[in-house]
Amino acid sequence: MGVEGIGARVARKEDKRFLTGKGRYTDDMVVPGMKYAAFVRSPHAHARIRGIDSSAAEGMPGVIGVLNGKQMLDDGIGNLICGWMIHSKDGSPMKMGAWRPIAHDTVRYVGDAVAVVVADSVGEARDAAEAVVVDYEELPAVTDAVMALEPARPQLHPEAAGNLIYDWALGTGEAETDAAIAAAAHVTEMTIVNNRLAPNAMEPRAALGVYDAADDHYTCYTTSQNPHVARLVMSAFYNVAPENKLRVIAPDVGGGFGSKIFIYPEEIVCLWASKRTGVPVKWTSDRTEAFLTDAHGRDHHSTVKMAFDADNRITALKVDTIANFGAYMSLFSSAVPTYLYATLLSGQYDIPAIHANVRAVYTNTAPVDAYRGAGRPEATFLLERTMETAARELGISPAELRRKNFIRSFPHQTPVIMNYDAGDYEASLEAAMREADWAGFGARKAEAERRGKKRGIGMSCYIEACGIAPSAAVGSLGAGVGLWESAEVRVNAVGTIEVLTGSHSHGQGHETTFAQLVADRFGVPIDSVSIVHGDTDKVQMGMGTYGSRSGAVGMSAIVKALDKVEAKAKKIAAHLMEADEGDIVIENGEAKVAGTDKTVPWFQVALAAYTAHNLPAGMEPGLKEGAFYDPSNFTFPAGCYICEVEVDPETGKTGIVQFVAADDFGNIINPMIVEGQVHGGIAQGIGQALLEGVHYDPQTGQLLTASYMDYAMPRAHDLPSFKVSHQNTPCPNNPLGIKGCGEAGAIGSPPALINAITDAIGNNDLTMPATPQKVWAAVNAAQ
Amino acid sequence: MTKVSMTVNGRQVSGDVEDRTLLVHFIRDRLGLTGTHVGCDTSQCGACVVHMDGKAIKSCSTLAVQAAGSSITTIEGLAKDGELHPVQAAFKANHGLQCGFCTPGMVMAAVDMINRHGGNLDEATVRENLEGNICRCTGYHNIVKAILAAAAEMSAGRQAAE
Repeated sequence: MGVEGIGARVARKEDKRFLTGKGRYTDDMVVPGMKYAAFVRSPHAHARIRGIDSSAAEGMPGVIGVLNGKQMLDDGIGNLICGWMIHSKDGSPMKMGAWRPIAHDTVRYVGDAVAVVVADSVGEARDAAEAVVVDYEELPAVTDAVMALEPARPQLHPEAAGNLIYDWALGTGEAETDAAIAAAAHVTEMTIVNNRLAPNAMEPRAALGVYDAADDHYTCYTTSQNPHVARLVMSAFYNVAPENKLRVIAPDVGGGFGSKIFIYPEEIVCLWASKRTGVPVKWTSDRTEAFLTDAHGRDHHSTVKMAFDADNRITALKVDTIANFGAYMSLFSSAVPTYLYATLLSGQYDIPAIHANVRAVYTNTAPVDAYRGAGRPEATFLLERTMETAARELGISPAELRRKNFIRSFPHQTPVIMNYDAGDYEASLEAAMREADWAGFGARKAEAERRGKKRGIGMSCYIEACGIAPSAAVGSLGAGVGLWESAEVRVNAVGTIEVLTGSHSHGQGHETTFAQLVADRFGVPIDSVSIVHGDTDKVQMGMGTYGSRSGAVGMSAIVKALDKVEAKAKKIAAHLMEADEGDIVIENGEAKVAGTDKTVPWFQVALAAYTAHNLPAGMEPGLKEGAFYDPSNFTFPAGCYICEVEVDPETGKTGIVQFVAADDFGNIINPMIVEGQVHGGIAQGIGQALLEGVHYDPQTGQLLTASYMDYAMPRAHDLPSFKVSHQNTPCPNNPLGIKGCGEAGAIGSPPALINAITDAIGNNDLTMPATPQKVWAAVNAAQ
Repeated sequence: MTKVSMTVNGRQVSGDVEDRTLLVHFIRDRLGLTGTHVGCDTSQCGACVVHMDGKAIKSCSTLAVQAAGSSITTIEGLAKDGELHPVQAAFKANHGLQCGFCTPGMVMAAVDMINRHGGNLDEATVRENLEGNICRCTGYHNIVKAILAAAAEMSAGRQAAE
């Protein structure tokens, strides 16, 4: 590895602009004549719209227009869609209710848009939005998914009887699984709730729609993790404009965590409203709007049975999950509790029979979709809480029970689709236990006991699947898109290089890591490499960044394009030096003839490609190559997390004494950036386990956690510094051996923390978030 | 409308504002200094932190008229002559930022924290003092590291100068 190549801890190229206030986020964009949108939103969780009177609002200062959903329908703007088809066990397709960008007859959650005001200033737009009078006929609401399935509950969509979207199963047959459970020496049974979360990227969503009447062309600046997918969906399904008439730009984006994958009503409305009003229209969410309308995450209610033989080997696993989808099916919602969840229920363990059943349910709450980890944290929490509980019931150490059941040979085919390609689960377990000084825990517990504190330790062994692919496979499972990635490498005539990528960076440091690949390949400084992304006019097509796919998929596409550039550059260099192409090596910024002192500087190879004065016979001028990379399998990052806590039994407050992460991410391009991803993921996982939870009033459907004064975000003093290490086995299925690191922290950490707290207090009955009130009650219930 | 004048990053500025105009909107929309961000509207997240007369304040809960006559420093005014401030440099060296959205407020809060505590900062103090700044990307690990590194460097610099 060079100082800037693969494996180097290179400081980020993008940092300077962020540190000096020169980042360019969507809300920073200003275009001539720009006006501002404010949405009128439903204050009711469920109601029929009897009428909208916007006459007073229309006459208010600065108001340019008040637009409604009926006009949008008349203009042919389509319904929002869910892009992954799931079929129920009976073969019927999922029951998708209509989702209008602006509701015109029924509102189904607090925050559902009913009108939009465009005005000269944000203040004037908001004043006028408050003056729009909507006549609602209130309807009964239901917010809890288990309740929504009960008879005689409020119905959200006529398409989905009983609020049931699908009833789906995966894995071993139910009868066979039941038989294995009936024959078991021991069965651990649990009810597991995975709490609902708000993603809370620090940059609120925003959109700026610019319609150019002269060219009948639209430009959309938006806070997106995947601008090309946004363009595709807005063209193909929402009929905003054909693709060649719609440019989508996702500039600097302030965090996503999944919430900015989806195409929301607001960007569609801004584009449509720009044409309707003849002015560019900008909307920026405030934090309460974000809590109300950003897609939430998790919200699963599950029961699980895990069966063991007399030797403590798992013989069967049966899981029944109810997933709350909220009021509408968001873009990837259907895939989350199915192919991103049930497929991971084998964990790191050799389980011969797994049966999973999942029911997806409408409720009068914000839509629920992928949030950091998306399905995999839910699977890991369920499995690792069950493993810990089983170890306690069986009276053996949690490490021993896991070791006994680890998968140890690869490839390994699970009963739930996945074929694990590589891993060494024992290595991460041992590394984590060593780092945490697991052996010394007893002494630390005794010491804490003398101070009146309850100390506990818990572990979690997670696996996840990243780089969702191959495209043909996901297509056969219902995906509406392919999940490849594209790249183009353009070598300029002076030897500097632009890499165009369909991945999108919103904190992941692509401008640095992607440049490191090029530096590694040609020995050129990373400052001579620029990464271009986030603009559909610059990059032809791409699938964006989510599911930890930018490394395993996005960088693999760059490698393929680099291969082509290198091959052509070698031909040119061989021709210039009158050598054999096979003898050329490119390193340290020059092309060399191996075994001789003949060299040509890199820039001269590039220049020769563009002057075209002296190229091999028949060669086209130029040095620019593109590639599409479609993976041959998922990748399988895995690891072991250990958390040690100290609980104050008087107050119920949990303090995290130490948090250890031992991960296997395959090969790593920039360890500094990878560690940063793990830190952030762990913080979100600790947030879920200790602090965070979206709460709706069950009667009225009002969101009770709609600001940072009500929703407990993890702050610096809630968290310790983390101990992070890697025990890597390269991924055999992509050219860089990368597995992906973006979500692991959020996947592996919640069960480690809850296992530690329940160990400390001696009461296993504890739900997330484990607030001091709940922990205090659990401590007292145990005594 | 009220006319307000203030010094921002060493430059005298003035403008007519509505009484309800927040300082952050005056800075962002009138002055075009978009490095200061709005993350929460409730004075919790700290993405909007600037310095008013040398002290960190939240510009999302300060009216522009309250800042009349004051001297404001925003993230754009921190680096001098193209050289990053030691806190900015430490954030870069320690990977104390990812998406960059909370970063300007974090850096301004960190400068203020170091000004108040000098070289007497430890991890617990830094974490307590970051109460008013939320980051969703970094888990704070590297932010804390960066602030401690900058505090040590600035304190060493002061001692060398004395």
